[in-house]
Amino acid sequence: MTEPILRVTDLQKYFGDLHVLKGIDFSVEAGERIAIIGGSGSGKSTFLRCLNFMEMPSGGTIALDGKPIGKPHGRDGARRYPESELCTVRERVGMVFQQFNLFPHMTVLENVMEGLLTVKGMRNAAARERAVRELEKVGLGTKLDAYPGKLSGGQQQRVAIARALAMEPEILLFDEPTSSLDPELVGEVLRVIRQLADEGRTMLLVTHELGFAYHFATKVIFLADGVFHEVGTPDDVLKNPRQERTRAFLERFTEFGF
Amino acid sequence: MDYQFDFVLVLRSLPVLLRGLLVTVELWVPSIFIGLCAGFLLSLARLSKSPWLRMPSLFYIELFRDTPVLIQLIWFFYAFPIIIGVQLSPFAAALLGLALNTSAYSAEIFRGGIQSIAQGQWEGARALGMRRSKILQRIILPQVFKRMLPAFTNRAIEVAKMSSLASVLSVHELMYQGRLLSSTYYRPLEILTTVAFIYFVLIYPGTWLSARLERRLAAKA
Amino acid sequence: MSYHWDFSGVWSRWDLLLTGLVNTVKIAGISIVFGVIVGLLLAFMKLSPRRFLSVPATAFIEFYRNTPPIIHFFWFYYALPVLANVSLNPFLAAVLALSTQSGAFYAEVFRGGIVSIEKGQWEGARALGMRHSQLMRRIILPQALTRMFAPFVERSFELTKTTALASTLAYADLLYQAMLVNSETFRPLEVYTTIALMYVILLVTASTLARVAEARLTAYR
Ligand SMILES: Nc1ncnc2c1ncn2[C@@H]1O[C@H](COP(=O)(O)OP(=O)(O)OP(=O)(O)O)[C@@H](O)[C@H]1O
Ligand SMILES: [Mg+2]
Repeated sequence: MTEPILRVTDLQKYFGDLHVLKGIDFSVEAGERIAIIGGSGSGKSTFLRCLNFMEMPSGGTIALDGKPIGKPHGRDGARRYPESELCTVRERVGMVFQQFNLFPHMTVLENVMEGLLTVKGMRNAAARERAVRELEKVGLGTKLDAYPGKLSGGQQQRVAIARALAMEPEILLFDEPTSSLDPELVGEVLRVIRQLADEGRTMLLVTHELGFAYHFATKVIFLADGVFHEVGTPDDVLKNPRQERTRAFLERFTEFGF
Repeated sequence: MDYQFDFVLVLRSLPVLLRGLLVTVELWVPSIFIGLCAGFLLSLARLSKSPWLRMPSLFYIELFRDTPVLIQLIWFFYAFPIIIGVQLSPFAAALLGLALNTSAYSAEIFRGGIQSIAQGQWEGARALGMRRSKILQRIILPQVFKRMLPAFTNRAIEVAKMSSLASVLSVHELMYQGRLLSSTYYRPLEILTTVAFIYFVLIYPGTWLSARLERRLAAKA
Repeated sequence: MSYHWDFSGVWSRWDLLLTGLVNTVKIAGISIVFGVIVGLLLAFMKLSPRRFLSVPATAFIEFYRNTPPIIHFFWFYYALPVLANVSLNPFLAAVLALSTQSGAFYAEVFRGGIVSIEKGQWEGARALGMRHSQLMRRIILPQALTRMFAPFVERSFELTKTTALASTLAYADLLYQAMLVNSETFRPLEVYTTIALMYVILLVTASTLARVAEARLTAYR
């Protein structure tokens, strides 16, 4: 058995009194593509965001290459995370957001170069070369000098993917990358993600596009009530769910299907 | 800093200062009232299609917004009487200056509010056959008034602060009494600090209210 | 209304008014610089999670925003020397009053600019592995600065108008010089109208320049 890149043990997350994640154990191995599905407000985003510390876990540990991140602190299992360590983790675990979060005051090219210059400390020429390569890969080689505000949602999301890819992360997290797009723009973004899958990248994807999840994922997780309710292959979870709860969730999606 | 703060003096001066405060309020409240009414009419002129109404009102508004209030008050006391041929009392000159200043600023608030109402509201009302004045009165103003409330509260705060400039014309308001007492007793630290606190107590509730109104509006939007 | 306007007196003492204008611009410029320093300091204190920094900053800001400017001029000129055993000339007292007062307002402009940047921008930068200092310098501040620009200019215009209060401490600003000219020529209508128009020209020029600069800054939108 190979050592997982990322291992999560007893992950807990509270927002005030609201207990969102209730002890999740989980690991990601190289080359895995994991789709996370679940009802609105079930904690999918929170879970994903804990993995690169956009949210600070309230308890449990997250380990990269077997090494737990942060240091124990206080009684209740919470840990303290020094900024330098989080920056290293985030460099290795990239993220693509639902709202793109591109920097509006920078051109497309500058957006992709930004992390290379400031975080990786690359020289301008090298950063530029890599940024252009990534942008060409997502089909935006002609938009280098445009500002994000002038692009369509689909194009913006592809820039965001190029920006994350340029950092050469070991794991890529996608939080509903197509949810804020017009229907006709969803395809161009999903095609890019599929292309990444074909390259054998390790990815986690929160999505409501069950059809895409079925073809994309090596593993599907149904999250409900703050725990992994059902985990398995796409066929297991999406076609032959064993849990009543999973079945009910999937039925709502097929209600108006054809 | 071994300065002895004279609290007894502060207590002894309070009655005089409070009499000044009364005059401050006498300046403040009518200025706002007159300013709002005049400002409303002014905003209609400003929004009018006729350049004969629009240009002069624009000029008037900019004149008041681009000059210091102190100069406006001095102008109304020393210069304006020459034009009208009647000497104004310091109080009347200050009131006139403050009220007209307020009218210019509140005209801009009214204008912003009226323009912020979507075209659809006008069209919807016009489709019912309502006249312009009726639409304004029954459809537009009720909607904008709430939205403009924080801005008007801010204006009221500014007018309260501006009213202190009337002391320069020797209107016997709070600031004037403070200056007089502080030079009479030669105790500027005690008196001026007390005056500052009285102003704070007068003005702070307005700031608090305006912040609260703004937050409520933002929450609704 | 048979008054004969006569600007010859004003014209004969144009040198006095010019000095006044130069002094007004000078005191405004210097106070803006110090005001920005005070404002930055207060903004970062107020944004800090440490209460011993944020609470005093809030108190300072609220006190200045809720008291009239004139009281600060008098306080620094008459009361501070008693407290601190220093004596200030009118210029210094006025600069202190103007820069602390505008600092309180600038602080809110700066803070408002920073907190107005969407959460997504912070997260987007953090997700790349940027450190707090890098993220502030490269992502947040450049965007916040363009948003602060308009309110910053507005505040600076308020400050420029407030410099007229320095005349009450006998600092030779435009208004004070106008009073001198008036006492020589006995032509208050002409004198005060002239300086009011000088203020209008000063501010309209400045605001035109500001609009050009703002258009450049926000070209990316
Ligand atoms: N910053 C926050 N502060 C307080 N509560 C939060 C915060 N973020 C999320 N929550 C709450 O935590 C719960 C889980 O939210 P989360 O965004 O993870 O759900 P989700 O599964 O991603 O839902 P969706 O499908 O709508 O995106 C929700 O009840 C939400 O209201
Ligand atoms: Mg979500």
